[in-house]
Amino acid sequence: MNVFNIVIAGVGGQGVLMASKVLAESALASGMDVKQNEVHGMAQRGGSVISFVRIGDKVYSPVVMPGSADILISFEPLEALRYVHYLKPGGMLVYNKGTINPSTVASGLATYPADVEEQISRACGGAHGIDALAIAQQAGNAKAVNMVMVGSVLKKLPIDAQVVEGVVSALSKDKGVEVNLKALRGGGAAA
Amino acid sequence: MKKIISGNEAIALSFEDSGGVFASGYPGTPSTETLEEVARLGNVYCEWAPNEKVGLESAIGASLAGGRSLATMKHVGVNVAADALMTLTYTGVNAGLILMAADDPGMHSSQNEQDSRNYAKFAKIPMLDPADSQEAYDFVRAGFEISEQFDTPVMLRTTTRISHAKGIVEPKGKIEPKVGAWEKNVPKYVMLPNFGKIKHVTVEERLLKLQEFAETSPLNRVEMGDTDLGIVTSGISYQHVKEAFPAASILKLGLVHPLPEKKIREFAGKVKRLMVVEEMDAIFEEQIRAMGIPVHIGKDRISLCGEVSADIVRAAAGAPITAAATAPVENLPQRPPTFCPGCAHRGLYSILSKLKVYVSGDIGCYTLGALPPLSAMHTCICMGASISAAHGMAKVNEIAGRAEKPVAVIGDSTFFHSGITGLLSMAYNNGSALVIIMDNRTTGMTGGQENPGSGQILQGEPAKQVNMVDLVKVLGIDNVVEINSYNLEETEAAIRKGLETPGPYVLVDRNPCILRYRVKKPLYAVDQDKCTGCRACLKASCVALGLTSSGEKPKVGIDPNICNGCGVCAQLCKFDAMSEA
Repeated sequence: MNVFNIVIAGVGGQGVLMASKVLAESALASGMDVKQNEVHGMAQRGGSVISFVRIGDKVYSPVVMPGSADILISFEPLEALRYVHYLKPGGMLVYNKGTINPSTVASGLATYPADVEEQISRACGGAHGIDALAIAQQAGNAKAVNMVMVGSVLKKLPIDAQVVEGVVSALSKDKGVEVNLKALRGGGAAA
Repeated sequence: MKKIISGNEAIALSFEDSGGVFASGYPGTPSTETLEEVARLGNVYCEWAPNEKVGLESAIGASLAGGRSLATMKHVGVNVAADALMTLTYTGVNAGLILMAADDPGMHSSQNEQDSRNYAKFAKIPMLDPADSQEAYDFVRAGFEISEQFDTPVMLRTTTRISHAKGIVEPKGKIEPKVGAWEKNVPKYVMLPNFGKIKHVTVEERLLKLQEFAETSPLNRVEMGDTDLGIVTSGISYQHVKEAFPAASILKLGLVHPLPEKKIREFAGKVKRLMVVEEMDAIFEEQIRAMGIPVHIGKDRISLCGEVSADIVRAAAGAPITAAATAPVENLPQRPPTFCPGCAHRGLYSILSKLKVYVSGDIGCYTLGALPPLSAMHTCICMGASISAAHGMAKVNEIAGRAEKPVAVIGDSTFFHSGITGLLSMAYNNGSALVIIMDNRTTGMTGGQENPGSGQILQGEPAKQVNMVDLVKVLGIDNVVEINSYNLEETEAAIRKGLETPGPYVLVDRNPCILRYRVKKPLYAVDQDKCTGCRACLKASCVALGLTSSGEKPKVGIDPNICNGCGVCAQLCKFDAMSEA
């Protein structure tokens, strides 16, 4: 198998890192080579976050080059637009429709693009938006947005859904197992 | 069992598996998680030092007492520890000693982009440069062996994409830690000039032996392939090279100082074109050229600045780069990091911004106060420089007859790191600046690590907690006032008094980091009838605030999912439109 490139984008604090961890652990559990990388440090303070998961027989670089992502998962529409050029021709984009104001918008220095979803569609024809917050809340925890987003792309991954569910169960604590599995499946149903 | 872990975690695990006894360091991206992981694994003693120099010196002591030791720091931390390093290279070690230096090419979270490989050359010591998590694991073990075999400190250099990227690691067998003898050896460990002169010769001889070692060590590996292009590379650059040219011949260096001259010459002789791929400085290329070996592609095609990527390697060798499906979307609103909702720094900076004073800044979350709309920091150089620089400014202002008093802003961890000596100098040399210590009792920017003011050690257990006010007083500062920066009126009055009073004046804000200590207060809400859309509150730069309508004078609302109830925005509102929800 050639290398399958996943890019996960979002805002610091949204759980991009945990989503990446789930995918990376699932690849390892499936016997594949995997590299995962995000740059953190200043990201926690509400900054833009981008994370890479690369899966295959043999993976060298932990970095996904712009123009080579098979899937872009974005936890926020503006961040989908910011990283849409990472997609390869024919690559798939799933994004969460819930918006989060950047500090530049919150302080009145910039305006959040009102037509963000139209711009996404223009940049990527098959882009699919879901209301991840509503699905996460239905599952029992608004913070499970990250699991909803993972669930939304599960069918497109070269990993068995059962393996991912096993990893999510192992990484979740007590009551979180049920909530996260519900969120994962809810995301799958919304895809 | 195979695990998927980061380079930092791999170094920590290998330190434990390789007979490590003592680890110390100071937090700094991208090195921080290494010591945190040693603590989490829990089987080897480790601690946060107040700065990198103390961390390395403690590791030196541990080595002299017979325990394998590790000092961790980011690249700029090596500057702080360099005084110890440059003589440690003369004394050598007793038990193995590794200095981990984590570089940050691309400056994801750093103030400069220095290449730590220069330090290995400068200190004339071996340096290992792992290319993934497995090598990070393997090179710790190799590092201890080299350190003990050649009686030398070893530098283990990572970059952000090694420290933070996760890859699969298969741990090797565990070596039980052994503590060796603690012996007195004056000529070896007391660097008086007479002993130092002898040791300098030893250092030069050691380097020649290490060069011989480098020629045959499996740490440096040749992967022969297509001989049209031969690439010399190391570390993360190796991965980018493999992505770009999987069939090319590669000389992959694991031991990046000293270089194996014969091996390089032999490799260069087998390939048509020699390319050198290295991030940041032309360390390999300059040395290879000095050997008289022609380099066909190097820093003439690959920038000295920023990270290398597969496409940069492709482009440098004249190969096509990845075709983009769509161009980057231009003119999007930026999403820079900012103060957390509820952060105590926000109130302080909104006042400094309003007063338009000159702010001498420092390294930490509060450096973000330099960004608009707060725009209230005017210099930031290195750890601790806020106070010393403000002192110099005040002296020149005095000479020039300028009345304005500079303001230094520094966090608690940075103050303990290297702000204390600056303040001591200000008191001693009859200086005059207003110093504001943001004592939030954690090392915030790196994720909330413990420090001497936290009352906790690295493992979270209780510890001595330094009293900031007493510490400041004992340095010779008479005017020390505690403030609460959530109260804007009182804080502004305190700042004005500090600016008007001649001599050094210190304000200490003792509000804890809301992220580290999970502070949650009653939320605020906006009365939409009272809001006039004047936007005075937006100057606080809080992401919980947003416009609730469009049109000419849109009103402001507070997102209850984001608000932390600090009340700073409510105090900025002149129309009493904001109150506890």
